[in-house]
This record gives sequence, structure tokens and C-alpha cells, in this order.
Amino acid sequence: MAVKPQTDAVIIGMGWTGSILAKQLTDAGLNVVALERGPDRHTQPDFAYPRVVDAVEGSIHRKFLQPLNNETVTVRHNRSQAAVPMRRIGSFKPGTGVGGAGTHWSGCHFRAMPDDLRLRSHIEERFGLDLIPDDMLVQDYPFSWEEMEPHFDMFEKVCGTSGRAGVLNGQRREGGNPFEGSRSAEYPLGPNPDYLGSEMFTWAAREAGYNPYPIPASNASASYVNPYGCQMGPCNACGFCSDYGCLNYSKASPNVNILPVLRRRQGFELRANAQVLRINLSEDRSRATGVTYVDLETGEEHEQPAGLVLLCAYQLYNVHLMLLSGIGQPYDPVTGTGTVGRNYAYQNLNALKLHFDENTHHNTFIGIGGAGATIDDLNVGQLDMRDAGFIGGGILWARQPGSGPVRGIDPPPGAPSWGRGWKQGVRQGLLHSCEFEAQTGVMSYRDNYLSLDPTYRDAWGRPMLRMTFNWKPNEAAAGQWYVDKLRALIAPLNPLAVDGEAKAMDESWNTTSYQSTHNTGGAVMAATPEGGALNRYCQSWDVPNVFAPGANAFPQNHGYNPTGLVGALAYWTAEAITGQYLNDPGALVR
Amino acid sequence: MTHKPDPTPPLRDIRQTRLGRRGFLGSSAAALAGVAAFRPAHAQTPPATAEYTPEFFNAAQWAFVIAAADTLIPADEYGPSGSEAGVPVFLDRHMQTPYAQGSIWFREGPFDETLGRDFGYQGPLALADIVQTGIDQADAWCRDTRGAGFADLDEEARIAVLTALEKGEPEFARVSASRFFSDFWKELQVGYFADPSWGGNRDQAAWKGIGYPGVRADYSDWVTVREAYPLPPVDLAGNRG
Repeated sequence: MAVKPQTDAVIIGMGWTGSILAKQLTDAGLNVVALERGPDRHTQPDFAYPRVVDAVEGSIHRKFLQPLNNETVTVRHNRSQAAVPMRRIGSFKPGTGVGGAGTHWSGCHFRAMPDDLRLRSHIEERFGLDLIPDDMLVQDYPFSWEEMEPHFDMFEKVCGTSGRAGVLNGQRREGGNPFEGSRSAEYPLGPNPDYLGSEMFTWAAREAGYNPYPIPASNASASYVNPYGCQMGPCNACGFCSDYGCLNYSKASPNVNILPVLRRRQGFELRANAQVLRINLSEDRSRATGVTYVDLETGEEHEQPAGLVLLCAYQLYNVHLMLLSGIGQPYDPVTGTGTVGRNYAYQNLNALKLHFDENTHHNTFIGIGGAGATIDDLNVGQLDMRDAGFIGGGILWARQPGSGPVRGIDPPPGAPSWGRGWKQGVRQGLLHSCEFEAQTGVMSYRDNYLSLDPTYRDAWGRPMLRMTFNWKPNEAAAGQWYVDKLRALIAPLNPLAVDGEAKAMDESWNTTSYQSTHNTGGAVMAATPEGGALNRYCQSWDVPNVFAPGANAFPQNHGYNPTGLVGALAYWTAEAITGQYLNDPGALVR
Repeated sequence: MTHKPDPTPPLRDIRQTRLGRRGFLGSSAAALAGVAAFRPAHAQTPPATAEYTPEFFNAAQWAFVIAAADTLIPADEYGPSGSEAGVPVFLDRHMQTPYAQGSIWFREGPFDETLGRDFGYQGPLALADIVQTGIDQADAWCRDTRGAGFADLDEEARIAVLTALEKGEPEFARVSASRFFSDFWKELQVGYFADPSWGGNRDQAAWKGIGYPGVRADYSDWVTVREAYPLPPVDLAGNRG
């Protein structure tokens, strides 16, 4: 095996967190090698119009998503089952390639709510801890919202996030989210224009007494130059965000918003098509010595020695690499001991489709990925969890990220799914319908967890990551409660028909149909080594030169999309490394 | 259980080639090179169904595909029938792509189908094999139960057969009827609505029928307009529909 020259830091995965860490660490003078399992990607040629909007390549061949032929995860509902591989992309869509899932996301860019970050304390103060079921693991994040605010702010500035502040320096601002934590700055750009569904939602929400506001979206509403000098063009509403790279330099991505600077740096080396197999540890397992990876172009294995190892892969694969490499103690759901694999959670999305007559033109092929309208009137902080009958929070929203007939159009209820009448239904769904959704958090549970599969192995002979997950009564109740609220909100709009249901109370996790790529947890941040695999700086308690910022660090999932918090965590981690760790390498929390 | 690593699936475009199935099982280095390779413009108009000689399907399967495409997608005021739109041409070509040959799905064993529908297809076959095997099984079932192959049945009987397949009523040995129907019907829909360079959606007629503007992908001027979109579709080759 060839051994590469030592580097200060090796980064595994070149999505949002990897790009942010690489930028901040090279700023501090470190040499950084980034290893990305997928190909390198640039706006030209990879996202160039018109080929990038070929829906066959984007949404059928899934050109920008992880191919599952070499590695996938195994899935099951509970510990009594033998898990089976997720053979086709289904419930979620991990990315691959430079930019990661940050290339094919929609652009919804929320900060967490202050009470999301202190959920256990919030429940204790407002409702009493007896509200928490025995099998539910609710934890506080080991830092305050105020500590994270500068990092939320920085990530928005890097992304050119479009929105409207609701609370700025403690002052309420009209038209924004009145419940948000106090911001130190307005959004970099104003909100995107409203399509019809968003306008309808905003009107209906006001009628219902709520406070609708524009969804913060990292889809640029105007020309923008970020603090790194990277340029964005105004979004042209092309309708190809989710599954696609942006043809227009409008959707924030690592490729557009960070990498143009990084690629020019002396101290930065990017190796694409480099599949990391494991993190290597010293004999006493007290520190990482580097990583072993395969160059997929030659098939050769290499060792990359490094002073710091930064796990910046997709949430699931960060946990996978920790388990494979023996970093921290694997979680045991029977004894409750160990932390790696613990606190896996997900997102609970329930959609209603509103169908209107032929004079109501929703034109759903038009789309701005993250844009739309939402409310926080029912989210954590405002929610009486004891009265509502569940723990967590959630939001109602209208979004129109763009749809097309190859991607699939839902016809109105009662329309035939093939044969005579089918095309008319497709036309109705494409032109005269809109979608409102209820998105809720998912709590962590003792028996929803990640571990190594005993049977299935990937192309490199490694045990696959096994997901043991099912919906719990708490999440089903939350979905039903929010969908009831959404139905009430919709009523004054008088649609011809409303299609869709909340998940039933006994409905199990369907791994085959897409619902959300917001997988969280598995290697979470906690105030003590017993509570999670990482300390408050996303640093491994066990191997202090390993950091793992990402959605894997969420103790449970909130009602929002995770990317805003993921980016902030990466800046927070980078600050801890450059401001503290480099001066005194070792555990930052003792 | 370990199998040979197959770096990033080959994403090369076969629309302009006549490569057979074996042509895609080449080296991984060639596959990687294919990712970055320049792809020629979408200039060539694919042949109509009647002028096309299938490369993937045999004659009996081809007859099934044409008959099924026209039963599932009949002509009406919202667009042409499946075969008029070239959907069988799309399918024959698409079955030869790395995607249909299984390039992005995990296909190693063991194959355990006991967990049920929430866990999806757990068999060993690639999409192309599911479609081809499913057609053979369905056609044989038509001959056994109705005395004629699917293509020789009248429309009422075809609808009854497809309904039974969708519900999973016939017991097939290798691929369940419902799995076949689901994957097959999805493919036909993709073919009907995909860019015409893939073989279906001739003259963008399917897009025009449902009011889809194709690959225009620029609607800044229409986000806040509450009327029907006024422009006809455009395809990847730049043709106006």
C-alpha cells in the first residue's frame, strides 16, 4: 500500500461541512487533503444547461445521487428482524461527488429555534419531564442558541440566503418569523417572489390568525457576492432543484459558494473518486493516524497520514466509518451502553395536494427550491405539548420546488392511474394543483439506532451500516395533529379536492418511497461521554483528533430542514479547532 | 459475498450508439472516462415505432410492448398513444442502458424477500430482466388463460389483463405480477414524457398534451403571473414543439 505524505488534516467527504472545514482550516494555515468518494463536479460541464435538466438522467438515472451498487445501507423496522439492503434509492437520497447533497438539495435554509437546542430543559420547565415516554431519548444540545448565532449568520451570508428577519437585535420586524431567536443581521437577500400556492397559503394562514413568513431559501432572489467573493445569479425559477445541480449559480452549493476559493489554494488538495475505507488509529486507540482509501480510478489502496481526521461524509456514512474504525463504543440497545449508533432520528413529512379548477394556474413546473411560505405558530416554543399529546414541534408550509411528468405528477383523487382519463389527470395535477405540507421533528428512541450489519457486506468487504428504525406513536400523533391544523387552514381556499393523509397511527416506515433526506443522529453531541459520541465541539470523546460535524450530531431532529444547523455546526467546529485545538491539541472538554 | 468494486456507475450516453448489452460491462476506467466525455448534440430524431427494429426485445415481446403501451396510454385529446409517441422505441433503447442493466442498484445476495412491501424489491434481477421476464410471464399467462398472446386480445381483454397484473393476481414464478407491472408502467410513463432524444415523446406531443414546457427552465417572468403559461415546449436539441 502506498503511503502519501503526511498532511495536517484529512477531510472525508466534500459536501457542505467538508468545504467549510477546508476553508476555515486553510485560512488558519493548515495543509488539507480532501477525499471525496464521488467524482469532481463543476457548474460547467456537470450542471450546464440544457443537459442538466434532462429528467431521465437527473431523476431516473439519479446522476447526482449516490449509486448503490457498491455500498448501501440495510434496513429493518425492529431488532427481531434480519435487515435487508436498500437496493434502490427510496426513502432518502444521499448525494455523492464534490458538493455532496449540497448540490442536489432544494435550498430550505432554517436556523434551529432556540428551544430546539434545549428541548429537554424546555420540556422540564414548561410541561414536566414525566411527559417524556420511557423509551424516548430527549437531550439538550451542549451549547446555547446564542453561542451558535454568529455561525448561523455566517452560513447564511456564505449561502446568500433569501428571507425576511422577524426579530432583529431584539426588535420585532413585520413579515418575518416573530418566534425566531434574535438575529444579529437581516438575511443577505430579500425573499423570493411568491408563486400562487405560496400566496394562497399566506392569505389562509393570516385568516387563521397565524404569522406566515417567507421560507428562508438559499436560492438567490438577486445577484449576490458572498464574503468569499463567490458570485451568485438571481434564481430563474427553472424548477430543477431537488435531484439537480443548479444551472444558474443561484442555489447555494459548496461548488458555487466555497470551492471557487478553495481550489486556488496552495494548502488544499482535492482527490475525487477516493473512497475512504477506514480511519486508522494508534495502537492504544487514543488518536487517529490517518485514513486508508481506494483510488477508484486505479483500484489502488493508499494510506493518507494526517494530524486531524474530519468526518464530513453524509450523516449515515460518518456513523458507518466510526463503527468500522472502532472510534467510540458501539451502542447496545439492550443495555443502553455505548454511544456510536445511538439517537438515530429522521424527519416526518406529510403532504396534502390541493386540486383546483382549470382557471387556477399553479404551473407547478415553475419552481424555486427552498422558497414558499411557512408558519412557526405551532412549532416548539409555541406548542403546548401536553395538550397536543406529543413531544417535538413542526411547521406547515407551501413550497413549489418544481415538478415534471418524468419525476411523477399526482392526478386528482379518483382519476385513473393509467388508460383513458390518465393524461387528463396528469395535466390537472401539473397545472392546477399545489402542495402544502406538515413537517415535524422526530425524536430519538432506545431502539431506533444504527449498527453494523452481520450479513451484508459492501464492495470492499466491509459490513454495511444497518438502520433499525420505525415510526413511533409520538411521531404519528404529531403528523396527525399538524395535518388536522393544515386541513383547517386550507378550508377557506375551497379547493375542488384535497388528496393525502397523515401517516396512520400504526403505519410502518416505508423504505421505498421518497419522503425526506433529513436523516439525523447516530453520533451525537452531548454534555457527557455517556450522552453521545461527540462533545460540544463535535469532537470524539474517545479519539480527540477526530471531529464529526454534521446532522449525525443532532441528539434528535427538529421540525425544520437540517442544513442551516449543519452549516453552523461546521463553522462552530472549525472555530474550536483553529481557536483552541491547534494551540493545545487534545480533548477540548474534559 | 464480497464482489468486485465497480466505481461510479457508467453514465455514458447510449442514445447515439448501437451498443448491445455486453457493451456496457467494460472496464471501470472506461466508465469513469465516460462521465466526463463530451456528448454530441441531440440532433438525431429517433425513428418511429413502425420503422424501428428492436435490439433488446424479441418479436413476441415487442408486440406485447406495443399493445401494452397503447392500452395504458390510449390516444385522446391530451396526446397521442404510447406507440404513436415512440414509447416502445424508448423502452427498447432504455433497457440497454447501464441504469436498466442494474448499474445503480445493489444486487448482491443473500436475497431475502420475507420482510414485505416496505422494503422493496429484494430479488437479484436488474430492471431490464424484470421487464423482459415479466413480459414473457404475462404473455404466457394470456395464452394459458385466454388462448391468445396479449397483443392478439381486444382492448377490453387487455385492460382486464393489465388490471389483474397491477393487482398481482397471477402467480408468476420469477417476478411477481405487481412488481413487473409497477416497474414496466413507470418505464412507459418515463418514455412518454422524456425528452424526445430518448426515443419517445415524438415531436414533443406528450408535453404539448399536458401543457409542460419541456426544458425551458426559465420562468422568472411567470412566477407571479396567475395565467396559463403561453409558450410551447422546447426540447434538449432546441426544437420548438
